[in-house]
Amino acid sequence: MNNFFFGIYPYIALSVLIIGSIARYERDPFSWKSSSSQLLRRRQLRIGSVLFHVGILTIFFGHLVGLFAPLPLLHALGISHEFKQILAMVVGGLAGIAALIGGGMLFHRRWTDPRIRKTSSVADIGILVLILIQLVFGLSTIVSSAQHLDGKEMVKFMLWAQGVVTFQPDVAARIADTPLIFKLHIVLGLTIFLLFPFTRLVHMLSVPLRYFWRPGYQIVRSRRTQPLPQHSDAELNQARLTAARRAAAQPTAAE
Amino acid sequence: MRVRAQIGMVLNLDKCIGCHTCSVTCKNVWTSRDGVEYAWFNNVETKPGTGYPTDWENQARWNGGWRRTPSGKLIPKQGAKWRIAANIFANPNLPEIDDYYEPFTFDYAHLANAPQMNAFPTARPRSVITGERIEKIEKGPNWEEILGGEFSKRSKDYNFEGIQKQIYGEYENTFMMYLPRLCEHCLNPACAASCPSGAIYKREEDGIVLIDQEKCRGWRMCVSGCPYKKVYYNWSTGKSEKCTLCYPRIESGNPTVCSETCVGRIRYLGVMLYDADKIEEAANVPSEKQLYDAQLDVFLDPNDPVVIEMARADGVPEEWLEAARHSPIWKMAMEWKVAFPLHPEYRTLPMVWYIPPLSPIQNAAEAGALGVDGAMPDVRNLRIPLRYLANLLTAGDEEPIAHALERMLAMRAYMRAKTVDGVVDEGIAARVGLSGRVIEDMFKIMSLADYEDRFVIPTTHREMVEDAYDIRTGEGFTDCNSCSTGMSKGSLFGSQKRPLKMPQEAK
Repeated sequence: MNNFFFGIYPYIALSVLIIGSIARYERDPFSWKSSSSQLLRRRQLRIGSVLFHVGILTIFFGHLVGLFAPLPLLHALGISHEFKQILAMVVGGLAGIAALIGGGMLFHRRWTDPRIRKTSSVADIGILVLILIQLVFGLSTIVSSAQHLDGKEMVKFMLWAQGVVTFQPDVAARIADTPLIFKLHIVLGLTIFLLFPFTRLVHMLSVPLRYFWRPGYQIVRSRRTQPLPQHSDAELNQARLTAARRAAAQPTAAE
Repeated sequence: MRVRAQIGMVLNLDKCIGCHTCSVTCKNVWTSRDGVEYAWFNNVETKPGTGYPTDWENQARWNGGWRRTPSGKLIPKQGAKWRIAANIFANPNLPEIDDYYEPFTFDYAHLANAPQMNAFPTARPRSVITGERIEKIEKGPNWEEILGGEFSKRSKDYNFEGIQKQIYGEYENTFMMYLPRLCEHCLNPACAASCPSGAIYKREEDGIVLIDQEKCRGWRMCVSGCPYKKVYYNWSTGKSEKCTLCYPRIESGNPTVCSETCVGRIRYLGVMLYDADKIEEAANVPSEKQLYDAQLDVFLDPNDPVVIEMARADGVPEEWLEAARHSPIWKMAMEWKVAFPLHPEYRTLPMVWYIPPLSPIQNAAEAGALGVDGAMPDVRNLRIPLRYLANLLTAGDEEPIAHALERMLAMRAYMRAKTVDGVVDEGIAARVGLSGRVIEDMFKIMSLADYEDRFVIPTTHREMVEDAYDIRTGEGFTDCNSCSTGMSKGSLFGSQKRPLKMPQEAK
């Protein structure tokens, strides 16, 4: 059981996440969207959405760095496990509470506002519920972590996560003896990965970074197959000459 | 100089009768779908009024269009790129659907299915979004039709800026006009600039501004970016949609649906040549009152041999140059100076222009004592205040509007003299700086408005870039997968995704 959930399930979930997202982007680009409901109801969205997104993003990058930073790097930087454990609890806790409040507002809005409720899909409501449960699980792990501030437990999860992505054998054993709440948190997290390509969550892959790089503001699309000639002053003069020559050859050409 | 061609439109408000045929035919063709019931790519507003969506012209509230910063940079009024991206989780400038109206239908079946009752059965309204009963409809797509509602409400119209408006609430002084509105297909579109995904683009060959439905991610910055509020968020598909200037019709040389069906024959379509290199400079002139003149400077004279040579070098097809020389838009905007851009102060360089309406002499009781300028009444005594039209069309500069109205009055006087009295009075024409021959041309195009004079549309040369064999199973322009002319090439699973040559981003 332990081996399935922490040795095999991660690979299933990540495979579906990657292949599913690529396939959806390729085959169904029209469905790739953020599914904003702000037009239908502004109330509760501004505070709720900002709290939720900022909280989730903080947690996401916290997990990314916290789990995958190589141990030798942490040693080199002089970051002790105790410090990292407390940092994770404080920052993660604050961000988690912000995301939970924001997400709660968004859920309240989605569930009780007839406009949003009627236009929501099962996936829209389902994934929000799963994320809220995951936030509760994540915040609950803080209680458990507070009992061993030395950060040893956390190192186990780091070794597990790094083992999974580097295809180490028998990684599940590395977290076999950790508290249940952590395991629930991991399994639900992997399930959210699994569902990712089938929900609106795909919009997070479309962070519009190119907006900052694209030159200027405007976009023009052309059907021409060859690039336009670059006009120099010489060319403008050439056009004047050609025009003058034609006019001279045919005095009434202007009309 | 970089010569490009654009299909422009002029609407002669002097002839608009407010019948809404344009809106209805447009709706039937384009927006009779889930999620855009509330959207009208074309709508007709009664002015003065706050419009649709309510108060759309008030950019202090909606932050649409462009802003010139104190250091002289041109940025979207809702903020530069980083500011727009920072608002991606919740857009503070986005209207709510109630700012348009909650779309509704009626329980028509009840009229047929109701059991025998003492009272006559009625069809009560129901929301199209929730399906629930609406007890009282608070707003509709044309809620201020023919000055419906109190003056206190419609006097919030932004165009009353700088006008002592109280007297226009009195019955004797009241005035009214219609304003049909659609996407302006701007030279400097604020919607495209605001789109974080880069899904909105302007077509090089005809200037039509479109939204790539496969690239749109629903960040909804275009809705707030457009000062005319002519981009609509489809709450069902989660994508934004807008007027396409009926591009499939334009490409084949046909007028847009709104123009084709216009009962008053007020709409004109034609080619305008413009210098793409001058756009930024023109949109960024310091004073708002200079914007109208600055936009005139962007347009290129299609009869100028140098322009023709440069246009050929830039790949503008020969028929397009020919069409540009016969363009009714060029004549009305540039030669006769009777057409004006809608709200040039938004700095978008709009390409749907308007001929201001004439109106009755302000106070009939005083008509005898009115200032009459020669044979013609003074345009400053017309019932619609000049300042109101100027606020609408020239950022408050009254002179060009007065000039246009004088020319239109002169056209009437000249033609009345000619057809009723049988006198050709060149003096009338000369007083407004025209000749009798030009006035008769104006009369032919603006008053008679034959089909061929209204619509001078060259066909698009798509045969150069696509093979009809490849598009035989295409679905044209519906909103669905692989229906938009997207940019992705090839397919993940081997087959060629679309063997069409798709438009590429031009530099």
